Amino acid sequence: MSRTIDAVVSPTQTNTIPADISGQMLDLDEDDDLEVFSKDSTLADGNMFNASMQTSPGSMVNQCKFEEDEEGDSKDIFITVDNPESHVTAIETFITYRVLTKTTRSEFDNSEYEVRRRYQDFLWLKGKLEEAHSTLIVHPLPEKFVVKGMVERFNGDFIATRRKALHKFLNRIADHPILSCSEDFKVFLSAQAWELTTYKKQGPGFLSRMGETVRAVANSVRGVKNRPEEFTAIQEYVEDFSNKISCLDKVTQRIVKEQKEYLEELKEYGPTYTLWSGSEEELAEQLKGVAGCIERCCKETEEQVGHLSDTLVPVLHEYVLCAETLKAVLRRRDNIQAEFEAKNETLATKKVDRDAESSDLGFVWGSLLGKNPEEARHQRQERLDGEIEELKEEIDKLEDRVEWANNALKGDWGRWQRSMRGDLKSAFFSTAEKNVDYYEKCLAVWETFLLSQRTEPSEETDRDNTP
Amino acid sequence: MMADSGPKEVAVIGNTDLTSAELDNNIKNTMVEIEKGTSLLRKMEISVAEAEKRTGKNTVNMQELYTVYLIETRPVDALTEGITPDSLWRRYSEFELLRNYLLVTYPFVVVAPLPEKRAEIVWHKLSADNMDPEFVERRRVGLENFLHRVASHPVLCNDNIFYIFLTEDKDWKEMVYETGFQAKADSRLKAVNAAFRVKNPDGRFTELKHYSDDLQTVLSQLLRVRARVADRLYGVYKVHGNYGRVFSEWSAIEKEMGDGLQSAGHHMDAYAASVDDILEEEEHYADQLKEYLFYTDALRAVCRKHELTQFELEMVALDLACKKQQKEELVTGTVRTFSLKGMTSKLFGQETAEQREAKLQVLEHQLKEGEEAVKEKNTESDEFVKTAWVDIERFKDQKDRDLKEALISYAVMQISMCKKGIQVWTNAKECFNKM
Repeated sequence: MSRTIDAVVSPTQTNTIPADISGQMLDLDEDDDLEVFSKDSTLADGNMFNASMQTSPGSMVNQCKFEEDEEGDSKDIFITVDNPESHVTAIETFITYRVLTKTTRSEFDNSEYEVRRRYQDFLWLKGKLEEAHSTLIVHPLPEKFVVKGMVERFNGDFIATRRKALHKFLNRIADHPILSCSEDFKVFLSAQAWELTTYKKQGPGFLSRMGETVRAVANSVRGVKNRPEEFTAIQEYVEDFSNKISCLDKVTQRIVKEQKEYLEELKEYGPTYTLWSGSEEELAEQLKGVAGCIERCCKETEEQVGHLSDTLVPVLHEYVLCAETLKAVLRRRDNIQAEFEAKNETLATKKVDRDAESSDLGFVWGSLLGKNPEEARHQRQERLDGEIEELKEEIDKLEDRVEWANNALKGDWGRWQRSMRGDLKSAFFSTAEKNVDYYEKCLAVWETFLLSQRTEPSEETDRDNTP
Repeated sequence: MMADSGPKEVAVIGNTDLTSAELDNNIKNTMVEIEKGTSLLRKMEISVAEAEKRTGKNTVNMQELYTVYLIETRPVDALTEGITPDSLWRRYSEFELLRNYLLVTYPFVVVAPLPEKRAEIVWHKLSADNMDPEFVERRRVGLENFLHRVASHPVLCNDNIFYIFLTEDKDWKEMVYETGFQAKADSRLKAVNAAFRVKNPDGRFTELKHYSDDLQTVLSQLLRVRARVADRLYGVYKVHGNYGRVFSEWSAIEKEMGDGLQSAGHHMDAYAASVDDILEEEEHYADQLKEYLFYTDALRAVCRKHELTQFELEMVALDLACKKQQKEELVTGTVRTFSLKGMTSKLFGQETAEQREAKLQVLEHQLKEGEEAVKEKNTESDEFVKTAWVDIERFKDQKDRDLKEALISYAVMQISMCKKGIQVWTNAKECFNKM
């Protein structure tokens, strides 16, 4: 069974809106083989762009388990990023990662691909996806450099963290109903290094991309006039969310720092009891016991800090980046609407021009050139009519574009919120669980010690009682 | 804090001017019953109930702020339940005076230490200010503990000055000074001198001295590190309080997650707050260790006294040996070692027989005195060693018992802390699950 979506869905090459995309979307949910979407009951509801989607907790949690899906047949693409390797050339040194893909999707020629990609390639992919789907929410990439702390790109921890983030990035795209169908994505996963280089060179050239950027800047300066209420609400939420998540990121990093300092002191604490036991006779055993307990608690503390760094810190950091992505998506949506509004204004102006009784300047000009005033006016009217017709066509397209952008964003917004909830819930839950485990282990350590002490007093009381 | 108490009644409350013989007698009597024996604590309840600030003029006639402590005593008797206890106020300096008196009067006793005069090994949250209420409170507990230690000591509890310290308000200071204990105190110089020059101290005391030094070093270090650990732990817990605040703010903008976040936030606040109690309890443990840190001074004092007694014995014995040698020389006429006598007799001729006889008489007398002195010093030294060692054994047992209990209570504290942690994070886990 194969999916009916092929390259049609990804409007990579042009700015025109695929005409019957909604039709394609509806086709999807009639297809029983929607492995990727089967956990997403929004599709089952038949309307992907319904912002107020109800999902059961079950599907929400399952959607988050990107790496291991218990029901093997629900995912049809498995991607892993591993095996970082260092490459040295005359100009630079860089790291490549192995990207392994296993898939049953029909648009792929093979079922397995193994390629090596460097960070730049991931950046390119992200750029292409955002270009093609400007109002879809693309999961963030890990940052180029770590701003504070270590700037060393080839530090082991840095590479490991980056690898995990890259892995997550690709899997999020694979799980996205629209983004995973992108041609660029397919090429990224399957092309050999030289093929990719060639492919990258295609597409809109530098100048046309510049033109787009200039237009975007111009639009953002103009600003949007009639933003729909729901997007304003989303923007406000994103502002607040961004603040909160940045706070949590900082707080968690601070906790890690404090824990590490606590651990340092604790490591010195145990040995003082051992030192003391050397001077004592009766107390020596107990003192050594206490020293042992403290040492074991040290190990547990170390593990706990490690877990925090591995589990909670990266997720919070990811969502700090996500917040920035969301802000960018909202800006882009605004720009699209601004462009549409601008064109509308131009149209209104032109209509005013056309319907104006006379234009003094035009009349004078026309008579200077020796034209018949009637003829001049007629020519002018025709010209304006033509321009107005053109504008109307453009505006129609822009209107469609706005609607499509809005719907895409609305749909993805709900999806993103669910992902966010799932990710953060899982990360915090895991942290709490680990903390419980930490305290339980420490409890066991001290209880064992206490038990060993309690057996002795019974001997002592016997000794006391004998005269 | 542990204090001895036994089933037997208190024996004697001596009067102030005991002669040394009577004192010895007392000691012998009480020593017989030392084991579970006499304890003032059995007869009366002693507590340091309160602390208050006073202002007054000090010795240089300047206004100063000081703290006084209320000592309450009440006989232990079913019939007196509910009767208000006798009470009087004492300053820290009076406690010091009492302790110095006891140290001098009973040099063979390992006298319990007083709590810190100034707060020293503290972690950052506790201030080092003597007027700080928490410090004052801990000092109050320490002073009460001191009184209990003394009152349950088989020898010290019978001391009259101590009894009056507890029960009579005025004129106590005069009474203490009247005992003339200050004159009996060994000068520091004498003690240091003896420590260097003593030839044959009892090996056990030398060992004890080394043990005290070791214990002091190790306990100081332990307490310092513990304070740092406490500091860090405080930091970890308190930062979690920020989670509480941010979760609460975040929950306001979320729909499905709101409730879970809000309640999780409360648990984070509870977690952050729980560290205060945890560390306060640990402070008691630290105080128990501190007491034994300060005890090392008392141990060293007893060792010093032994060295001094031994040294004095050695000096007296040396003197006797010298005199014996002089007699021998005089009798036999030989001069074995270089001496002024030898020189002068060579220069100025031998003395007459009468002169020699006279000298011999003096020497004989001196020899007799010397032998008496040696015997006396020997007895003194033996007595001291015996009585001191009894008290040292008592101290060792007390220390082992107390510290063992302290370590157990430390483990109990850690267990309690872990249980609290488990509870908070289990609750938080539930809340996260509902997100």
